[in-house]
Amino acid sequence: MYTHQSSSMKTKHRPRTVVGQALPWVLPISLLIAWQWASSAGILPSRFLPAPRAVLRSFLELSASGELWSHVRVSALRALSGFVVGGGFGLLLGLLTGSLRWAETLLDTTIQMVRNIPPLALIPLVILWFGIDESAKLFLVALGVFFPVYINTFHGIRSVDRGLLEMGRTYGLSGWPLYREIILPGALPSILVGVRFSLGLMWVILIVAETISARSGIGYMTMNAREFMQTDVMVVGILLYAILGKLADLLAKGLERYWLRWNPAYHTAR
Amino acid sequence: MTCSSRGIVAEEQRCSRGVSVGIKGISIALGGRTVLENFDVEILAGEFVAIVGRSGCGKSTLLRSVVGLETAQAGAIALGEVSSNTNAKPDIRVMFQDSRLLPWRRILPNVMLGLEPTLIPQARKVLAQVGLAERANDWPANLSGGQRQRVALARALVHDPNLLLLDEPLGSLDALTRIEMQQLIEDVWRSRGFTAMLVTHDVAEAISLADRVILIEGGRVALDEVVNLPRPRTRGSARFAALEERILGRVLQRRPVVEDHW
Repeated sequence: MYTHQSSSMKTKHRPRTVVGQALPWVLPISLLIAWQWASSAGILPSRFLPAPRAVLRSFLELSASGELWSHVRVSALRALSGFVVGGGFGLLLGLLTGSLRWAETLLDTTIQMVRNIPPLALIPLVILWFGIDESAKLFLVALGVFFPVYINTFHGIRSVDRGLLEMGRTYGLSGWPLYREIILPGALPSILVGVRFSLGLMWVILIVAETISARSGIGYMTMNAREFMQTDVMVVGILLYAILGKLADLLAKGLERYWLRWNPAYHTAR
Repeated sequence: MTCSSRGIVAEEQRCSRGVSVGIKGISIALGGRTVLENFDVEILAGEFVAIVGRSGCGKSTLLRSVVGLETAQAGAIALGEVSSNTNAKPDIRVMFQDSRLLPWRRILPNVMLGLEPTLIPQARKVLAQVGLAERANDWPANLSGGQRQRVALARALVHDPNLLLLDEPLGSLDALTRIEMQQLIEDVWRSRGFTAMLVTHDVAEAISLADRVILIEGGRVALDEVVNLPRPRTRGSARFAALEERILGRVLQRRPVVEDHW
């Protein structure tokens, strides 16, 4: 799950017809209709799950008051800064251990040991260290995001085509030019797999961290709503995570499409 | 620099760029197995030498050792001086069996690998010479195997090499593309006059291109045959066929005691 998979799996043709385009939405929309119907008919008490219309209303209210956006901003900022810090370290260390044998010998054993600790298991300790401060969330997200980026970067560097490296050397490339022309682009598909995986993990960790210890953010909003039995607000929070997660994934996909446009497996248009 | 009097083509033209290659007593062991032992061969400036032999006989290893991709445990490889500039280091380029183009670079940047951006016109010219001028902005993935090898040839030629090493560059191409490529390689060799070393398992290919065919067997030179046929050579001719018959016969004569699989 962590490592770069063969990209040939991605070559499939999207149906271009109207029916083909509508097809992925058939299931979610019918679920939505069924949900609304069940709520209106009183089968689904709003104590358990509010009607879609109630969720929509509360979404509009929360966004009109600006409360929603301040929570979203706080959460997104936490997620992204944690991602930048953790992903940045993962990338740098992965490049280091992937490129230099002595760095691998020095660091890899330790990193592999630490990797097996679930970041969320550190929550009690993290609260003790940082309180329920911003830095606690940042630390947890950064830690969780670090490993997928690290491992895939390392793997990517190590699996760069030997033939291309050999060719590069016969063309007089060494040092930074060799790195820029051959090693980095060769490792990029694998690095991007790590990035995509990290973006998913980023939200998972942030959600847990925010529901346990926060004074703002989507997780806090959701937990706060529980105190007052505002199921509609809770559902808005949950759906927000889904939307933000999807946006992050779209971003990663976009990067893949652009950076890997040379690869026939990622071709959209020539 | 001395020019060879071997071969038929006008010598003064061919000697313009090539360097001589003197391989003296090299021994190379790979993974504990001796591939070449006390191996000697002398290649003249501007000469086209083909090296043939069974799989695993060390012909590729020999080629790779010339460019430093393998290190000899003993012996020396001496390259001659470049005629135009005695201070310049001879420029060696390699064409591998697979094109080894960078898949993330378009065709023109691939040809430009390791060159200053000011040499773009040069690169375009060479690309036109191999007949792919209009594919400059394509990705390597969109080219056929033969076209990719043309790009690899252009990438080597844009450096105007003194020595071109060809490591079975046509081995994976279909028969028609192969003949076309042989023609192209012969043409650029004749017009530019670099020294060429071609490793191949195709005896006919060796005879149609080379001034000299060297057969390696058991880590040593088993046969060193001058090809005295006028260029361009036609495979149908009786002399061609006789020579091919003779070399092929010699290759097949001694069956290896242990079959190596590479």
